[in-house]
Amino acid sequence: MIFELTPEQQAIADSVRRFTEREYDWDSRMRAIRGSEGRDPAHWAVFAELGWLGAGLPEEAGGFGGSAIENAVIAQELGKALVNEPFAVHVAAINLLASSPHAAIAEMIEPVMMGETRIAAAMHEAGARGDFRMIATRFDRNGDGFTISGAKSLVEGAASADLILVPAMGDGGLAVFAIPARANGVALRPYRLLDNSHVCDVTLDEVAVAGDALVAMGDEGELAFARAVDEALIALCAGALGTMEAALWATRDYLLTRTQFRVPLANFQVLQHRMADMLIEVEMTRSLLFHALGAAQAAMADGGIASVDASARAAAVSALKAQTGHAGLHVGREAIQMHGGIGVTEELAISHHYRRLFVINRLLGDEAVHLERFAKAVDGE
Amino acid sequence: MQPSFSDGDKEFRQTVRAFIADNLPDDLRRRARWDYHPNREDQARWCAILDKQGWSMPHWPREFGGPGWSGIRKYIFEEEMRRAYAPTVDRIGPELVAPVLYTFGSEAMKARFLPGIRSGETFWAQGFSEPGAGSDLASLRTRADRDGDEYLVNGQKTWTTEGHHADWIFLLVRTDQEVKPQQGISALLVDLKSPGITMRPIRTLDEGVTVNEVFFEDVRVPAENLVGEEGAGWTYAKFLLTNERTNSAEVPHTKRDIAQLRDIAAREVKNGRPLMEDPEFRRKLARIEIDTLALEFAVLRVLSNEHDPENANIASLVKVRGSELRQRVAELADEALGDAGLAVLTSKEGEHGPIAEDFDPPVPEHGIGISAKAMFRRATTIYGGANEIQRTLIARTVLGL
Ligand SMILES: Cc1cc2nc3c(=O)[nH]c(=O)nc-3n(C[C@H](O)[C@H](O)[C@H](O)COP(=O)(O)OP(=O)(O)OC[C@H]3O[C@@H](n4cnc5c(N)ncnc54)[C@H](O)[C@@H]3O)c2cc1C
Repeated sequence: MIFELTPEQQAIADSVRRFTEREYDWDSRMRAIRGSEGRDPAHWAVFAELGWLGAGLPEEAGGFGGSAIENAVIAQELGKALVNEPFAVHVAAINLLASSPHAAIAEMIEPVMMGETRIAAAMHEAGARGDFRMIATRFDRNGDGFTISGAKSLVEGAASADLILVPAMGDGGLAVFAIPARANGVALRPYRLLDNSHVCDVTLDEVAVAGDALVAMGDEGELAFARAVDEALIALCAGALGTMEAALWATRDYLLTRTQFRVPLANFQVLQHRMADMLIEVEMTRSLLFHALGAAQAAMADGGIASVDASARAAAVSALKAQTGHAGLHVGREAIQMHGGIGVTEELAISHHYRRLFVINRLLGDEAVHLERFAKAVDGE
Repeated sequence: MQPSFSDGDKEFRQTVRAFIADNLPDDLRRRARWDYHPNREDQARWCAILDKQGWSMPHWPREFGGPGWSGIRKYIFEEEMRRAYAPTVDRIGPELVAPVLYTFGSEAMKARFLPGIRSGETFWAQGFSEPGAGSDLASLRTRADRDGDEYLVNGQKTWTTEGHHADWIFLLVRTDQEVKPQQGISALLVDLKSPGITMRPIRTLDEGVTVNEVFFEDVRVPAENLVGEEGAGWTYAKFLLTNERTNSAEVPHTKRDIAQLRDIAAREVKNGRPLMEDPEFRRKLARIEIDTLALEFAVLRVLSNEHDPENANIASLVKVRGSELRQRVAELADEALGDAGLAVLTSKEGEHGPIAEDFDPPVPEHGIGISAKAMFRRATTIYGGANEIQRTLIARTVLGL
């Protein structure tokens, strides 16, 4: 077993950190949040230029030869600096494209990696309360093409996307379609979440697409969707881990410098113990991330398609998400509490760490969803 | 022993309920329902209506214009107010400042300040905390130097709740630099319109503004505005903070939050069924309801005999449990809303509260204000003395550790 990053992976981590340090200070972060639809064009261009948008894709799939590990490395660094760009969603979307058996879809990957085509994935169904397993959006065959109707929610990056990847149910089972964001019948309702990410409710009203918009269907659709969910969850949780680490160490530093009763707060044993508990949660999350990365690697070993390992991956990823949701809330709350009044201000990053972790807990399935999915996967259901 | 409400108390409840039903204006009820921080106009209007009935200051003794109710009846009154979504009457003046004034203030001070509080015309802020003096309040540095008939005030306060709406501030200042920290502190009443005062709003994680920084630069305060004796400010502050802690269990508010949560759960759908029928949700709700019942009876034990010293011990721990329950119930309500619970809800102006006419929130009507509340409640375990400090106090004074 090797838990160290390869030199290439370390170089990616370093490049992300250089970006966050040089180009993503707090003020430019707030500007990007207020001034864009959640995907800052300049930032996204950097993501493309430095190869992050394809870093997690194997070469066979047109990527730079990486895996979920590269995505996790990137997401973790982005999470530390609370970067509000839709990276985990991009991971979901590009994995859907990469799972497609159709050449027309595979051709889309390169412009996506180059940042020329921007994609989003509609992984949440309106009314499903974050449970990605519930898909009510329907498709019907329409000559050589398809007609799709339904309502998706919490689609991050949709307002800035050229293409939205949409899972839907119909005759033939689960299918995924690549739908132009400005197609007739697609309506976007944009709003901001507590963590300042920009999402849309996406309504699809008899959206007609040609046959080549089909990404995958039936068993292939199921596998593509499961892979996209798990890969996106890994990126999401790695981001949360970065955010937790940032909150943990910022709180440690604060306790060392803030003086009350003529001593640093760090002198109070009750606070030391609570810092230790936060650290334990962070390290347990990191361990489950490693575990999930191992499972994702095994599932991808045969090119990312069809594998009994998909169910082991589902169990590992759900274990990670259940822990992340729970740990994230704990770490976020404790960081605020130990900062006292300054912790609840908009000005300080601490409240933003909490807000990000609060939102992540509910994206792509909350703790309850993942405890259940874990149990089922482990029992071989 | 009869650990339940007496017939007289039940009758009292009906009287209060009928009064509110007849007198609470609909627009006040509607805005209070969203549960953002109430605006001053709404608070003042409702306070004036209650004042006509002699009910605006339920906590005050009869001689100062209070109704002279027992602790239990004050509780019932507050519960009915919350239940009906009446705006809260400002608390800092009525519940924190006024008791200090009628207990320690001069006759002139009582005559000057109490009527305005009772009628809802004058609003107060509490100026205790400073950037360097939070939990360690006694280390405060804002100073007041005697200059003839006046004090000259210099320094900075922070976290001043509703300071931007207030007319006056109850200020803790250092009047003696030589003695032990606690002994050099005095209490001054300061007109917030005085020259030399600057107020800067602090935006909080709910994206709203309730707290402020207040700067004092050579502010002249008449010496007659000194409360009680110079150097006794710490005693008054402790008296005030004890009141703040006893009232801060906030059971009536939490009970209403639970009613609101039940309403949300009846409207929201999970797996095609009302969320209220979801076994996992029901268990979480039941847990909160049981904890609230326990807290309610702890509070009722205290209120049934406010002078029993044994009860002071219970009073010290209800703030800890109450503040945590307030967080849990707000978070469960947010969870119950599903996706809409993650949306930020600000009006066009960026202030929270759906004020703009064309405001079209991405959440259903029953979800307005919920996510902001879930965020802001992180503060309940910090303000009024952080829970770590409360626990240390319990360990020392109750457990003798
Ligand atoms: C929303 C809000 C409204 C407020 N309104 C007012 C107001 O109107 N007027 C006013 O005067 N103040 C107000 N406050 C201030 C409030 O009373 C202080 O925030 C509080 O006393 C904590 O002080 P601090 O923020 O400086 O935190 P600190 O004292 O710096 O504490 C930071 C952390 O360290 C812990 N800690 C500190 N000392 C110890 C110790 N000895 N042992 C163990 N742990 C310790 C604390 O519990 C906390 O978790 C308000 C605060 C908030 C958040």
